Amino acid sequence: MNPTLSAVISLLLALLSPACAAAPTDPLGDRGRWPDMQRQFYADGPISFDARVRVEVPANAEDAMNVPVAVDARAVASEGIERIVVVADYNPILKVLEFEPVTVAPYLAFRIKVQQSTPIRAGVKLKDGRWLIGSAVVASQGGGCTAPSNGRGTPGWERTLNTVSARQFSSAVGDRLRFSILHPMDTGLANGIPAFFIDELNLRDAGGNTVARIRPAEPVSENPVFTLDLAGALTVVQIDGRDNNGNKVLGTLR
Amino acid sequence: MPAFGAGLEVQAVAADTWALVGHTEDLTPSNGGNIANAGFVATGAGVVVIDTSASKALGEAWLAAIRDRSTEPVVRVYNTHLHPDHILGNMAFPREALATLPATRQSIRELGEAFNDNLYRMVGGGMKGTEAVVPDGVAEAGTTLLGHHRIRVMALRGHSAADLVVFDETTGVLFTGDLVFFDRAPTTPHANLAEWRRSLDLLAALPFKRMVPGHGPVLDDARGIAMTRRWLDWIEQTFVDAARQGLDMNDVLALPLPPEWASLPLAASEYRRSVAHLYPAIERRVLSAGVSP
Ligand SMILES: [Zn+2]
Repeated sequence: MNPTLSAVISLLLALLSPACAAAPTDPLGDRGRWPDMQRQFYADGPISFDARVRVEVPANAEDAMNVPVAVDARAVASEGIERIVVVADYNPILKVLEFEPVTVAPYLAFRIKVQQSTPIRAGVKLKDGRWLIGSAVVASQGGGCTAPSNGRGTPGWERTLNTVSARQFSSAVGDRLRFSILHPMDTGLANGIPAFFIDELNLRDAGGNTVARIRPAEPVSENPVFTLDLAGALTVVQIDGRDNNGNKVLGTLR
Repeated sequence: MPAFGAGLEVQAVAADTWALVGHTEDLTPSNGGNIANAGFVATGAGVVVIDTSASKALGEAWLAAIRDRSTEPVVRVYNTHLHPDHILGNMAFPREALATLPATRQSIRELGEAFNDNLYRMVGGGMKGTEAVVPDGVAEAGTTLLGHHRIRVMALRGHSAADLVVFDETTGVLFTGDLVFFDRAPTTPHANLAEWRRSLDLLAALPFKRMVPGHGPVLDDARGIAMTRRWLDWIEQTFVDAARQGLDMNDVLALPLPPEWASLPLAASEYRRSVAHLYPAIERRVLSAGVSP
C-alpha cells in the first residue's frame, strides 16, 4: 500500500475510537467485565472482534494452576502486528502477559493460573493502531491465583531459580522454540507471600538482535513454559530477562 | 435413608469374601458417587473391610450390606489410598477400626475437605452430611492370622504416594485398590508411573486366584494388571513422543484417541486429565536435554 494512503487510513481509523464508535458486541455474550477490560487494556484505537485471532484453551481446566493457553494471530500477521496483550476477565490480576513477535510468527503458547471460570482475551495491536480481539472461555473450579506455588515447598528452590531449559524443534507442527524457566511466579495473593514473578524476557539471535519479547505478569504459571513459532528460521540463540526482584534470567541454546 | 443402598452391587468373591462393585462411570448425581470398588472378609474373628465408598449414605449402605452377610464385629477398616471415591464413607464405620498407611493419613488430613467439596460439586445431594474422617490407625505391611484367614497387607505406591493392598493368602483374593483398573480408564492425579509399574510387577508375582480391582469387574486372571500397564505405557509414550516433537499442552489435548482405547469407558476424559497431571514433568525432561546455562 502507498505509505501516504496508509497513513490517511490509519488516521481515519483512529478517529473511529471507542469513545465515539459503539463498542462492539462481545461474541462470548459475556457483557459482565468486557467493557471494563476494553477501557483498561484496549482503549487506544478502534477495536473489533476478529475470529482470525484464535485463543485456544481447554473447555474445562483440570488444574487451575496450569491452564494451557495458545494465542495464534498468524492469520492476521500480514496486517502488521505491533504486540499482543492477553488478559483474563475474572482473574484478580487481569493482565496475563504481553508479547511482541518482532520477527517470529505471532503465535505463543503458555500456561496460566485462573481463579474461576473466565474469558481469556488476546488483543492484537496492529501497527496502524487498530485492536483485533480474539476470545475463548475456560471453565474452572478455580483457586489457582490465591494458592502458594508448589516449588516453595521444595528445599533449595532458590538454587535453581531462573534456570532456563530450551530446545528448538522442526517437526510436523513447524519450527518451534520451547523453553521453560524455574520460577515460583507468586501472584502476591497467597497469604504472606509477596508477588515474585518474571516480568521481562527477550529472545535474541546470534547478532544480539531481539526477535521476540515477552512481558509475563503474575497469572503466568509457576515454572513457566513458552512455545513460539520461529516462522521457518531457527535463529534464537539466547533468552535473557529478569524478574521483578531484579534476578537475571539467562539461557543459551546449544 | 440409604438412597443409593438399594442399588449397591455386592458380589460373593470367595469363601467369607464379598466385593462392592461400583459403576465404571465418572462421579455423577445419578450414581451418587458409587464408582469405586470395596470389599470385606468375614474372618471368623471379625470383619476386615477394604475401602468405604464415596459418601456417608454409600458408607451406611455398604455397612448395611456387610451386616446382611455377617454378624461378626467390624474389627478393621482399611483405606487403600487417599482418593475420595474410596474413603468418604469412613464416617459410617466404627472409628476405632479405621486404619491406613501413614502417607495416606497425612494426605486425607490435608486434602480431605477439598475432596469433599469437589464431590459435592460433582455428585450433589447424594453427598449430604458427608465429612472426611482421617483414620487414627496406622496400617503396617505384614501378614496376620485373623480367624481362619491369613491376611497380608502390602504397602506399595505409584497410583498414589501410598497404595495399600490386601491379599488374603487363605482364599487367594487380592484387593488391589487403584493400582489396578479394568474396563475403565485409570486415573492419574497423584501418579508416579515408574513406581506404579514396579507395583504392578509385584502384584503380578502374587499367587492370587481372584482379583478385586479398584474400579471394574472382579477378575479371575491378570487382565486388569495387563490393561493398566498397557494404558500407563501408552500414556507415557504418547507424552514423550509429543514432547520430542515440540507439542504444547493444547496440541497434546487435541491428539486423537487410538482405536485400541475407543470403547474403554472414560478413556477420553482420563486421557485429558492425564495431560494436565503428567505432561509438564515429561516436557521439562525433554526440554532440559537441549540447553546450556
Ligand atoms: Zn484412586
